[in-house]
Amino acid sequence: MIQIQGVSKTYGQAAALHSIDLTIPAGQTTVFIGQSGCGKSTILRLIIGLIQADSGSVYFEGTRVTPDVVTSLRRKMGYVIQEGGLFPHLTAYDNVALMARYLGWSDERIKGRLNELSELTHFPSEGLERFSVQLSGGQQQRVSLMRALMLDPDVLLLDEPLGALDPMIRADLQVDLKRIFQALGKTVVLVTHDIAEAGFFGDVITLLKDGRVLQKGTLEELIQSPADPFVTRFINAQRSPLDVMRKDSK
Amino acid sequence: MKTYFIIIHLVVCNIIIANFFSPTAHSSAQQIKVGSKKFTESVILGEIVTHLIKSTGEQPVYLRELGGTRVLWNALIKGEIDIYPEYSGTISEEILSGEGVYSEEDIRQALAKHGIKMTNPLGFNNTYAIGMKEEVSERLKIGKISDLRQHPDLKFGFGNEFMDRGDGWPTLRNDYHLPQQNVRGLDHDLAYRGLEKGTIHAIDIYSTDAKVRYYNLRILKDDLNHFPAYNAVILYRADLEERAPHVITVLKKLESKIPESEMIKMNSRANLDMVSESQIASDFLSESFSLETETYEETTIGRLLRHTGEHLFLVAISLSAAIIISIPLGILSAKMPGLGQVILGIVGIIQTIPSLALLVFMIPLLGIGGPPAIMALFLYSLLPIVRNTYTGFQDIRPQIRESAEALGLPPGARLRLVELPMVSRSILAGIKTSAVINVGTATLGALIGAGGYGQLILTGIRLDNMSLILQGAVPAAVLALIAQGCFEILERLFVPKGLRLKPAC
Repeated sequence: MIQIQGVSKTYGQAAALHSIDLTIPAGQTTVFIGQSGCGKSTILRLIIGLIQADSGSVYFEGTRVTPDVVTSLRRKMGYVIQEGGLFPHLTAYDNVALMARYLGWSDERIKGRLNELSELTHFPSEGLERFSVQLSGGQQQRVSLMRALMLDPDVLLLDEPLGALDPMIRADLQVDLKRIFQALGKTVVLVTHDIAEAGFFGDVITLLKDGRVLQKGTLEELIQSPADPFVTRFINAQRSPLDVMRKDSK
Repeated sequence: MKTYFIIIHLVVCNIIIANFFSPTAHSSAQQIKVGSKKFTESVILGEIVTHLIKSTGEQPVYLRELGGTRVLWNALIKGEIDIYPEYSGTISEEILSGEGVYSEEDIRQALAKHGIKMTNPLGFNNTYAIGMKEEVSERLKIGKISDLRQHPDLKFGFGNEFMDRGDGWPTLRNDYHLPQQNVRGLDHDLAYRGLEKGTIHAIDIYSTDAKVRYYNLRILKDDLNHFPAYNAVILYRADLEERAPHVITVLKKLESKIPESEMIKMNSRANLDMVSESQIASDFLSESFSLETETYEETTIGRLLRHTGEHLFLVAISLSAAIIISIPLGILSAKMPGLGQVILGIVGIIQTIPSLALLVFMIPLLGIGGPPAIMALFLYSLLPIVRNTYTGFQDIRPQIRESAEALGLPPGARLRLVELPMVSRSILAGIKTSAVINVGTATLGALIGAGGYGQLILTGIRLDNMSLILQGAVPAAVLALIAQGCFEILERLFVPKGLRLKPAC
């Protein structure tokens, strides 16, 4: 589905990615995890063409992502960011419908698609006429997800979609998201710094450090056979309170 | 999308207003245009000339109170006006200063090189003089200008023109070796009030000035004969002799017909008795030439409407043009940072040019009247709109910008559907600021003959008539408030609702 071949990217002096090679298979949920600044968001931004690689290339469904073709490729991708991505001057409905309207969809078709999506994402239909400032953080992310799914894209790119939410809302939305991914059977690329979230969603987890792939595998593999002491340190740093209690009681 | 409607709406409204109120009748090139300077005597002489020309059956245009010597002279050379009253001393010392022409014959020859002719003197000599309050000069025993040397602490307030003209303060100081340091340039009409209050002790005056008697001033004797004669004459374009020879004939009728006493009387009637200059001119022609002329008295309401029309004309055209140009400039500045710095730098510098200077810079390019004033107002209106558009774009959060990009919208659609609606409030705020500045600054347009409320203020200052000043100042302030109110309503109509909501807690 997506091939990343020998891609390097630097921001000023700081290197974000060092000659990365990756293949993202279709129909699976691929999770990128790592500390802040490890380059995980950069990968998503390269795929959707918001930034260009310094060297190497990114292929989407066999087409190389270049500025010339990126606009049409983007319509086959859905992109959700952590927060603040909704257009404040438009209602939730208009946010979701914006691109479809631009492409000339009929009003009925748009309405029908929105009904499907609000059911799928458990978004209350009366909330569609609200503006983003009138929605809670969780509702805003559901609208962002609907907007990303509107054109029924081949791939869904999510950049810490739950990162700015309260823990309980986050837990609810995690469950909903997983259900949606399973229902749609789409290729999903998700970026997070939360190892539990990575394990919850990911068929394959890729751990990045300083712009390099440190290890790729299931959560199980990362815990059982770490490729590097950093993998264990990274996982242990996020032990949940329950794990801590269990260990202490031994 | 809506943002476009606002802009189109504004522009269309403005153009409608502009056409509706367009003040100048479509003046044909053949029409004779008379000008005058912005002091009472010149205005009266202009009226007399205008009435005389009317008596020949012509329909002259009278552009009164156009400004100072330079403005009138340039307008005459460029053919913006055909005729205006002038003084021989001003021609030698100011207009042709440096050419060393003093005799009447020399002056005529020098003027001819510019395609200008002059009549013989009209009869009175309105020379410059230095005046003081009678009591003060009595107390200090000052009777001649050279007596001023003994009193270095005296404060002088001179008209701005006197401050730097050839025979003005610099040469007066040198000729008389005057030691005074505290010398201010100020509006001539305001100088009298400074004298009355005692904040200044001596001012420049004209010897036929009505206010000499009114304020009880002593004219100091020019014991070194510093000031040349200021014989009143009428300057006209040489081509008038072919275009309208009969007009020259009536102009020459005025030669030697206005003695000093008559001129002082006419000045007093205007300044002290508040008789209109048109009436004074008509009375003079009736007495001296047994010529009956019609005077046209405008009603207060009629005058207010005319000035409102002129003012709206200036504001509407200049603001519309500024809106059309500034928004694209602001967008360009935001999209191309290098070019943006240049654009913002230039419009910023324009804003720092004093408005009076900018108005005068425009005269050589665009003449006098509406066009230069509109150009100056247009230039002043650029910065707030350009800068607000630019900052509006800068303030769009990167997440919003990237979300629009990530959706797959091409650049044009991103601008139209996302960016412009988001900066609409900022752009409107910029237009509002421009409109208020524009309405205020347009009052200065009167200084170069563009009319508007400023004309009432200028005439009010000249005649020391507070009611007239208020008739100009109050409507100007009201118009600024109305403009502001209109834009607040527009904001409610056109800024997307989502941007006006307060975030929920």
